[in-house]
Amino acid sequence: MGSKTSFDFDSNIDTALNDGQLRKNLRNAMDILVEKRRAIFPDSDQLQQLRAAGNAIKRRALKKLPQLLEQLEAKCTANGIHVHWAEDTSQANHIILEIMRRHEASAVVKGKSMVSEEMHLNRFLEAHGLEGVETDLGEFIIQLNHETPSHIIVPAIHKNKDEVAAIFHEKLTGTPYTEDVEELTAIARRTLRERFADAKVGLSGVNFAIAETGTLLLVENEGNGRMCTTVPDVHVAVMGLEKVVEKLSDVPPLLRLLTGSATGQLITTYINMISSPRKADEKDGPKEVHLVILDNGRSSILADPQLRQTLLCIRCGTCLNHCPVYVRIGGHAYGHVYPGPIGKILTPQMEGLEKAGVLATASSLCGACGEVCPVKIPIPDLIRRLRYESYDQEAAAVVDGGGYKKNFAETMVWKGWELANRSPLLNELGTRVAGAMGNHLPKVGPLKQWTSVRTAPRIARKSLHQRLRDEGVNHE
Amino acid sequence: MNSQLSNQTARQRILARLHASGTEQTDVPDAPLPSEISLAGDAKIERLAALMSAIRAEVYIVESDSWQDKLKQLARKRGWKRVLYGPQGPIGPEIESAWPADADDLPKLVAYTQPVESFKSELFQNIDVGITSTRGGVAETGAIALWPTPAEPRLLSLVPPVHVAVLDADTIYNSMTEMMAAERWTDGMPTNALFISGPSKTADIEFTLVFGVHGPKELIVLIRN
Amino acid sequence: MQRKVSPDPSNKVYFFATCLIDAVYPDAGMAAVNLLRSQGVEILFPPDQSCCGQPAFNSGFIQQARTVARKQIHVFSKPYPIVVPSGSCAGMMKHHYPELFAGTKEEAAARDFASRIFDLFEYLATVLNVRLDDRGAPTTVTWHSSCHALREMNVVQYAKALIGQLSKVTLVELERETECCGFGGTFAIKQAAISAAMVKDKVDDIRRSGASTLLAGDCGCLMNIAGAMAHGQLAIDGKHLAEFLWERTNGQ
Repeated sequence: MGSKTSFDFDSNIDTALNDGQLRKNLRNAMDILVEKRRAIFPDSDQLQQLRAAGNAIKRRALKKLPQLLEQLEAKCTANGIHVHWAEDTSQANHIILEIMRRHEASAVVKGKSMVSEEMHLNRFLEAHGLEGVETDLGEFIIQLNHETPSHIIVPAIHKNKDEVAAIFHEKLTGTPYTEDVEELTAIARRTLRERFADAKVGLSGVNFAIAETGTLLLVENEGNGRMCTTVPDVHVAVMGLEKVVEKLSDVPPLLRLLTGSATGQLITTYINMISSPRKADEKDGPKEVHLVILDNGRSSILADPQLRQTLLCIRCGTCLNHCPVYVRIGGHAYGHVYPGPIGKILTPQMEGLEKAGVLATASSLCGACGEVCPVKIPIPDLIRRLRYESYDQEAAAVVDGGGYKKNFAETMVWKGWELANRSPLLNELGTRVAGAMGNHLPKVGPLKQWTSVRTAPRIARKSLHQRLRDEGVNHE
Repeated sequence: MNSQLSNQTARQRILARLHASGTEQTDVPDAPLPSEISLAGDAKIERLAALMSAIRAEVYIVESDSWQDKLKQLARKRGWKRVLYGPQGPIGPEIESAWPADADDLPKLVAYTQPVESFKSELFQNIDVGITSTRGGVAETGAIALWPTPAEPRLLSLVPPVHVAVLDADTIYNSMTEMMAAERWTDGMPTNALFISGPSKTADIEFTLVFGVHGPKELIVLIRN
Repeated sequence: MQRKVSPDPSNKVYFFATCLIDAVYPDAGMAAVNLLRSQGVEILFPPDQSCCGQPAFNSGFIQQARTVARKQIHVFSKPYPIVVPSGSCAGMMKHHYPELFAGTKEEAAARDFASRIFDLFEYLATVLNVRLDDRGAPTTVTWHSSCHALREMNVVQYAKALIGQLSKVTLVELERETECCGFGGTFAIKQAAISAAMVKDKVDDIRRSGASTLLAGDCGCLMNIAGAMAHGQLAIDGKHLAEFLWERTNGQ
């Protein structure tokens, strides 16, 4: 493992694997999400056609990205929305801070936004004496418990209702202990309604920004997103720059893919499309709307034709739900905002391989993520690519920290492997030596890891090569 | 201003990197969309009603000229006290005409005519039901479309615990795509456009479905046929 | 999914052993060869063949993978079908070889090679249309789908169809048949704890099936799962499907 790895992945994994409750919660939840997705896409041919269309729409958007962002900016500006650009999360945070200060706001009510998590906005605001109030029920629960989301769609999925009951009872003064989910939800509603009514500034993410019309589109079930974008005087939307799509007509197929893949819904409760602040004769809605367009490494990711596909992501989370690794270790083990398969390819590119390249080792390359991705991101191929970049023997790495894992021992192992597998004599010799040793291979290194839960493979006395040669097989 | 300057710098630098990325030189083949559903009038109503009911919306098909009777029946049965509406909206006059001023078994009609700033506490604390018209419906996914207006503001369909939406059967489209194209939405989007498919809901705790987490706990759709 | 191959008049096929079958499971390899021969196929076995290159490819050592891939392309150069008793190695050669040589002068050769790759059971079921006569005693088995047979090669249906032809064999499907067993090549070493958790769940699933034999078409998975079953002293036999089919149809 690289010494500069920014978190202790091994220890996180061990903790998660030994947490029986967590594993049970995750397995139950992922089973439900997988089944719901399966049920909402009953026709496999149609799903494949839809995925191909989704892929093409997002690829077209990436092809035209600079032009679409400029068009979005022009349209939004014409509609009265203030557009800000941020190269990194610090700039984005400061833009929000400045808006809040200008409006003398002490708190911002937040709809669910992964980009705001990426910005660590709540921590930033707290450091400036301000408060970010999470209002999505799942986000609200984990914020009370000073945690971060463990899943990009269902952030508190690692908690069961007993745990939520305990959190509410402990952290919300005067709340009696109850495991009744209706009652717990009602408590959250009461608590947060006051915050909505009082807030001067509301914040949201953006699911799709439509360049053609200058529209910010948000998808949700709870209505907290509508609250955050309608009740306060000011609405600030933050988006990663890859969220822009070209046309309004691009949206319905993407929505179908997003809601179907994320939660197995034909449509969410609310599709909220915002194209301007409150107009002169309108009675409600924010008087100011701001859009913050965040880069934070995305433009670098765009520069590589293969890695660029990372930016097709519509953040549905279905790759997490189908991942045999995620279901066993949960989101927190990944140590970063974006967990699961998408996190394995996104995080090392954003943070650099030295800090986060180890994430790419946590995949058996089973391909389940790539199979279900609604926009056909070839996640296993990109994981392989990042592994290649990590060793980078050809000095061709494009990802920051490329070659960080390059080491003599491992290189020699693979060079030896290469030599053995391209020279028949060596190959044969190796197999013969191993065969002669049979069960007496020393259990060190990799074999030690292997045999902690498995018996060692038994090398045959006679290889297939030998057996077929002995019987005189034809080889032309 | 300093922040404006840094915003300009960020903008230029980001766009420069995007242009330099080579993304604009890629080939993207077109991929055809799966064919849209195409239903007859009644089938559209049925599909919309079935899908929305399945996610706990209450859907009633009512006569166009006596739809208010259903509204009043619901109001009496559920004991609504204060119903918010937009007097200048498309259904405002129809509601008023059906609401005898002296009927003490009907809820009081409250008009949403002032800016929310002077109306917020009333809106949040003292209203049982918000009534709106709709712009149309979508059969494919089961949803109603709203374009809130000065006469029927945005919070009318969000803050009260019950949202009653009045939908004309002949404005139900097959799909979102069909609706957006037929009504030429790209010619000018409103401040806020919404698709709503049911009452507010959450499943964030153990996937237990609970309604009314933030928005209305009940959505009642009256389809005027 | 069924591919049309022009039947080779000489009825010859190349057999690619895979490195695991060569060294650890040669009985499975012989069984595969015998199954093909029993259908009148002549086996060509180039002795210079080795590994498909996947271990290096998946570990980030693409250069080394490419060298080894080039060797296989060279060794299997005549226009015969190449039959592979492993969905994973077949997937590597069919889907990733063209990628490895994309844009180089070797791309055409890699594509030609890839187009001749067949999973063993795919070949038996669709090209040879085998009819199996079950001579064994009644038994209950379960089947493990390897991820690459399932997702890259899309050939699991053929393996199951062949099992389905055995009149006295009852196939009980696993609850989580499509979930990875945790092998993943070097993943089992680099993320040993996660891999161990995965194979433990797989073994539990197999135990619950009540089967006395676990069948698989990939020796990587087999080595992982059977190794874990043996480590846990489970009396369930892990076997490559080729070996099982040959035993059942020859009354062994």
